[in-house]
Amino acid sequence: MSAILVARDLTRTLPGEVPVTLVHDVSLTINRGEFVVIKGPSGSGKSSLLYLLGLLDQPTSGTLTLEGEDTTGFDEDQLAATRLAKLGFVFQFHFLLAEFSAFDNVRLPMRRLDRLADDIQRRRAMELLHDLGLVGHEHKRPSQLSGGQRQRVAIARALANDPPIILTDEPTGALDSKSSSNVKDILKELVRTRDRTVIAVTHDDHFAAGADRQVEIIDGRLV
Amino acid sequence: MQLHLDIAWSHLRTRRRQTVASLLGVVLGVAFFLAVSSLMRGSELDFIARLVDSTPHITVSDEFRDPTVQPALLRHPAGAVSVLHVKPLTERRGIRQYKRRLEQIDAIPGLRAAPVLAGQVIFSFAGRDEAITLSGIEPARMRDVTTIEKDIVAGSLGAIDVDPNGLIIGRSLARKLSLAMGDTVSVVSPVGNVRVMRIVGLFHTGRAVYDETQGFAQLARVQALLNRPNVANTIITRLEDPYAARATAAHIERMTGYKSVSWQEASEDILSTLMVRNVIMYTVVGAILLVASFGIYNVISSVIMEKTRDIAILKSMGFRAGDIELIFLIEGLVVGAAGSVLGFLAGSGLMWVTGQVRLTVPGESDPVNLPVYWGWSQFALAMLFAMLSALAATYLPARRGARLAPVAILRGAA
Repeated sequence: MSAILVARDLTRTLPGEVPVTLVHDVSLTINRGEFVVIKGPSGSGKSSLLYLLGLLDQPTSGTLTLEGEDTTGFDEDQLAATRLAKLGFVFQFHFLLAEFSAFDNVRLPMRRLDRLADDIQRRRAMELLHDLGLVGHEHKRPSQLSGGQRQRVAIARALANDPPIILTDEPTGALDSKSSSNVKDILKELVRTRDRTVIAVTHDDHFAAGADRQVEIIDGRLV
Repeated sequence: MQLHLDIAWSHLRTRRRQTVASLLGVVLGVAFFLAVSSLMRGSELDFIARLVDSTPHITVSDEFRDPTVQPALLRHPAGAVSVLHVKPLTERRGIRQYKRRLEQIDAIPGLRAAPVLAGQVIFSFAGRDEAITLSGIEPARMRDVTTIEKDIVAGSLGAIDVDPNGLIIGRSLARKLSLAMGDTVSVVSPVGNVRVMRIVGLFHTGRAVYDETQGFAQLARVQALLNRPNVANTIITRLEDPYAARATAAHIERMTGYKSVSWQEASEDILSTLMVRNVIMYTVVGAILLVASFGIYNVISSVIMEKTRDIAILKSMGFRAGDIELIFLIEGLVVGAAGSVLGFLAGSGLMWVTGQVRLTVPGESDPVNLPVYWGWSQFALAMLFAMLSALAATYLPARRGARLAPVAILRGAA
């Protein structure tokens, strides 16, 4: 198994009169096709670690290597470009653009990357929605969808540019138990059948049990 | 780009009320801008047209811009001895060989010229003496060059050709001296010649001083009266394109050596007053648009406040700060552009309405319409102002929105 994401001594400190260290000297290697769960009590720094791994935030010190490329010193635009092509996010709240239909939300990252022809983008968006069981809901606005459906649209969108890594932050936190297990199954299936790396933050033990590996973080340190 | 447009459009569409409010600000700004500027420009052009109409476009006079240099100074410019109190050679005033000069000037395309010999004379009538500027003219040429014929209220300009002793004076002067058409008056020249001349025409220009101190007679008669045969001291011209006067005047001056003054040079004070007026006007109408731009600022700011979550989504998805900035700038530009176009319509309506207003100016018998200028340049200027203020109003909030760190928003939301 090859390492896809290597974190070395990641530390993230919020500056201020009393500096707060969110993540403390975290070293972590995640392999391609692995399903890793980051667990921990609230306030433990698991989301902060996920943001660092997902290039949404930059570490105060330490290095992060993504697919063999050291991301230290990347500027905002380089980080954005990397996120666009290599990372997909699914957050606790679905985070769809309210004015756009499910179909258009899924197309957003593809249109920004602009690697595929327009008709292929459209076809791919449809396929993704259908794969996630959203037949017939393609042109509905997020407000016309249920919570579980919205979260599936968000997953489809995260998959749009076919990124090797999917990062999720409490993806089932706001869902009822039925939708929640549905979303969990989808994420697991991504790893099994599509050789995708999934990094999930959760405090749901049941969800965590299905992971290849569980990492626990307390007070910003791995235990 | 299409993507950015789509997102920008979705923001504007879903916040219809605020968008319409800010749009109205721009529309009103542009409309008032157009209404005010069209009226100001219109009146300015009307004023200049009157100015251009009533004065010769170029006046060539028998003077030189620089005094003649003394021969001694020419020869020894750095001489050690200087001669003081040198009196220049007395010369006969007037444009030398004016007929040849006139031909030369007349040959310039798009230009008509007329010779004038003006001199001071005294009208003596019923015990009253009035100093008058008497201009000797050739009616046939004068007709082409000035609007004096239009101002004749009795008799005709051609009458002085028929009657060599004919005299045309202002109606106010005639009234002052109790003169009527056909009356005779003694004209005394500074050289002592006295002629009895007859009133064959009256004019009224509306300019009081001119009407009370100006008289016209045949050129040959005035030459004889002033003892200056074959002399003219002014050549006045009229151009097809009045705005070419400055360049043509310079050309004539180079050609003849005589001082040639364009109407612009002669009316510099008035033109600079007009310019000051324009600056004031554009400041005021610019301020209207500035106020309108606060509306745009308000809308874009509140869109950004409301859309911080969207900004975080887009950024986490891989949109760059520049993309976010572009989206909001487009929103401002759309409001600016749509506001300009609608403002053009509203403004044109206002301009049409102002154009219909008829006023009766005191002292004038015919009502006049307010002069409205319909040139495209003010539309372009209004649009430029609107777009610039929209851009400026959008730029700051757009930049602030673009700089939002997605993590900060996610932390707040999660």
